[in-house]
Amino acid sequence: MKDLYLVAITAMIFIVIFQIAKASEYVSVLKGEEKSRKQNNKINAFLMIAFLILGFIGAWYCNELYFGKTLFPQGSASVEGEKIDEMLYITTAVTGLVFIITQTLLFWFAYKYQEQDGKKAFYFPHNNKLELIWTTVPAIFLTVLVVFGLKFWFRITADAPKEAIVVEITGHQFAWDMRYPGVDNKLGKKNYKLYNKPSGNTLAVDFADPDSHDDLHTTEMHLPVGKPVKLVINAQDVIHDVGLSHFRLKMDAVPGIPTTMWFTPKYTTEEMKKRTGNPNFVYEISCDQMCGKGHFSMRGVIVVETEEQYNKWLSEQKPEYLTLHPEKDPSKAKENQATTDTTAKQQVVAQMIKP
Amino acid sequence: MDTVAAHESAMHDAHAHDHHDHHHQETFISKYIFSMDHKMIARQFLITGIIWAIIGGLFSVIFRLQLGDPNATYPWLEDFLGHWAKGGKLNPEFYYALVTMHGTILVFFVLTAGLSGTFANFLIPLQIGARDMASPMLNMLSYWFFFLASVIMMSSLFVQTGPASGGWTIYPPLSALGEASSGSKIGMDLWLVSMSFFIVSSLLGGLNYITTVLNLRTKGMSMTRMPLTVWALFFTAVLGVLSFPVLLSGAILLLFDRNLGTSFYLSDIIVAGKVLPNEGGSAILFQHLFWFLGHPEVYIILLPAMGMSSEILSVNSRKPIFGYMAMVGSLFAITILAFLVWAHHMFVTGLNPFLGSVFVLLTLLIAVPSAIKVFNWLTTIWKGNIRFTPGMLFAIGFVSLFISGGLTGIFLGNSALDVHLHDTYFVIAHFHIVMGVASFFGMYAGVYHWFPKMFGRYLNNTLAYIHFWVTIIGAYLIFWPMHYEGLAGMPRRYYDFSNWESFKQFGELNQFISLVALIVFAVQILFVINFFYSIFKGRKVTTLNPWGANTLEWTTPIRPGHGNWPGELPEVHRWPYDYAKDGKEFIAQDVPVGADESKH
Repeated sequence: MKDLYLVAITAMIFIVIFQIAKASEYVSVLKGEEKSRKQNNKINAFLMIAFLILGFIGAWYCNELYFGKTLFPQGSASVEGEKIDEMLYITTAVTGLVFIITQTLLFWFAYKYQEQDGKKAFYFPHNNKLELIWTTVPAIFLTVLVVFGLKFWFRITADAPKEAIVVEITGHQFAWDMRYPGVDNKLGKKNYKLYNKPSGNTLAVDFADPDSHDDLHTTEMHLPVGKPVKLVINAQDVIHDVGLSHFRLKMDAVPGIPTTMWFTPKYTTEEMKKRTGNPNFVYEISCDQMCGKGHFSMRGVIVVETEEQYNKWLSEQKPEYLTLHPEKDPSKAKENQATTDTTAKQQVVAQMIKP
Repeated sequence: MDTVAAHESAMHDAHAHDHHDHHHQETFISKYIFSMDHKMIARQFLITGIIWAIIGGLFSVIFRLQLGDPNATYPWLEDFLGHWAKGGKLNPEFYYALVTMHGTILVFFVLTAGLSGTFANFLIPLQIGARDMASPMLNMLSYWFFFLASVIMMSSLFVQTGPASGGWTIYPPLSALGEASSGSKIGMDLWLVSMSFFIVSSLLGGLNYITTVLNLRTKGMSMTRMPLTVWALFFTAVLGVLSFPVLLSGAILLLFDRNLGTSFYLSDIIVAGKVLPNEGGSAILFQHLFWFLGHPEVYIILLPAMGMSSEILSVNSRKPIFGYMAMVGSLFAITILAFLVWAHHMFVTGLNPFLGSVFVLLTLLIAVPSAIKVFNWLTTIWKGNIRFTPGMLFAIGFVSLFISGGLTGIFLGNSALDVHLHDTYFVIAHFHIVMGVASFFGMYAGVYHWFPKMFGRYLNNTLAYIHFWVTIIGAYLIFWPMHYEGLAGMPRRYYDFSNWESFKQFGELNQFISLVALIVFAVQILFVINFFYSIFKGRKVTTLNPWGANTLEWTTPIRPGHGNWPGELPEVHRWPYDYAKDGKEFIAQDVPVGADESKH
């Protein structure tokens, strides 16, 4: 019933506006069409300048309201991201200036040069000097932006430092899985045809490769602060994207074509809680490439911690090879089967994310 | 050359003949349905485009309801959408279908077919002094292929598994695998088939526009005397003819992957627990094929709006367009560069960084011709004697939006910033302002300006003023704050943000945006009412040249018949921008040059 009222009210408003508009047409005929046209011209010219002023006030107000809610007041959480922030500020300054000048000229001219009786427009079809100026000046500004941009771009996309920690991240509908290379610092080979859900080999690791035997499979990413980390990015089904907005980076995860990205986290999760004043702060991995109905819920978590905490966490993880092949586990004999490995792992993870 | 000339004169004769007795011959079907008159075909494109715009706009309102308040339920939605909105809450799959169809409809069916189809058809022959298109038959087929594409796309909305839902960019593997998404079942096949017909329509139209501009200009109408609208529509057609076939090939390969077991785009895939046999394909290949059209497509949408705004700004400032040759040159530069920037949509796909840097350079280069255009528009209105007709208001609005949206392109075209901003709301804000709303403004400017020529009546001015002011304020209120969401990394194509610690702070803002979107949509409906009402009941046009414009379309009768000019074709003696020259308010193109006239 409420909906029906709403529809009726909307229809009424439409009819009223329409009738007023229709009536204004008759009024203008009575008043003399030329006269009413001139009146409308004045009103619209005034609205032009009003729109300009209110628009600038609105843009300022919007900045007051929302700048604090972007990630920029806290600064980039990665060393490399600082460059991106810098680039953003440079670009904002340049484009902001152009924006203010051009919008002001546009609406101010519209107001100032509104039609007036007896005034003639100025015949001014071209002026090569002027045109040359506004071809070269933007070209110079853009060159500056390109130079800065490419300098940062090549730094971000350069090879990761040799000492970087390698973590593999695999996207699939609709979650992320991580793989750490273990003590040998080498990730075991993968072959997507070995995927086998019942046996638990959901990452399609080729366990015939001995490098895989100490690899760790986790659902949460832990990273030590201040150490470069290189992500090796995979997807199993459709294209996903590892979006790390706090670190200012993202990279697609494409089935069949592994990609990489590296960065150096600057602050631990605990430090970020203080920096942002948000006790629930957490580094989130968002999927930034449309991947199906659960796209919006494809969330991953990164815990950045001190090196000791990180090493402790690593040592608590059990290689996936041993989880899937318990008969090969040398420690298994000592342990009773009171708790299964997976629940033990979950408990550890739960402890780690508790503040 | 001889044959062309002979054909041309034969055609003119045929049309001249046609004109004298067409009133007796034409039936309802040949006049309104299978018409070969370019003006009728233009109206068909326009009205079909408006219907699509209402549908596409409505979809955005429905998904904005979801974004505005993810927890609300709307029982009436279930009445309309059935199992897609159980309990009045939009199903995520259908949300994605709406997003996909909103993009597809507005980019292709409204702003390509509805814009180019309408104004290229209507204006090219009228402004270059031709009786019709080079091939009226192909022109008619162009509309009917578009109609067929429309019917198929529309029917995909009613299939059990829903329409395509992988985004308007339909990236495989998502769009290739029915197991990955229910929208990638039959809905996706219908999408691809519909788009194939759409491309055929666009190619038939484009070839016709190019041929007409090159061959059917009236006596004295050299290329450099053509109005900027015609130049813009000409370059648009060139862009379409050279880039749409690439999308067609991409779409056909995708159809093969979907239905014939090929592996063009597929490799190493595990979907729904099943290991697929496909190996050796590349999902990125599709993105190259798609964006090779996809980026020129942006300019296919923008150029007609630029051309029409140039014309309308000049007419209503009562001043020549500033820097005509620079305007043509910058259109040409944009056309060339449009083919060389496609990979800036792919900076984060793992693209070779060096290749990326080349695309950064070429992308930012486009800002130069764009800047020239903006400064020339500003100089055009400088020291003018401006009449704020509804067309003029929208043309000024177009320039404002083009500046705002163009400048954010400088952020996104720079790969170092794109790694943060890619696929966030910053992108949504950027392209909606610069190619969505700005092109709509160009289109509205064109409709308000040429409505008197199309239908022999005026639109209601008061409604037009309301339409303009609410739309421009609303457009900025909707899209300006989205930049901030994008800076925070808020990803696009999310159904619900409330579970994200990083993005949920924008809940109230999303609600506000949805509310404004609803109002702006309502005002567009007001325009549609004004449009259809005025076709039949609008104030009648009583003078030949109501805006005091120089171009040839205003030398035709108020309601021109098929063939456009009842007698001889007009002869052109000057460029179309002799406003305020030698103390005269305007000098139409068909006025011979006086002996004492100054040169420009």
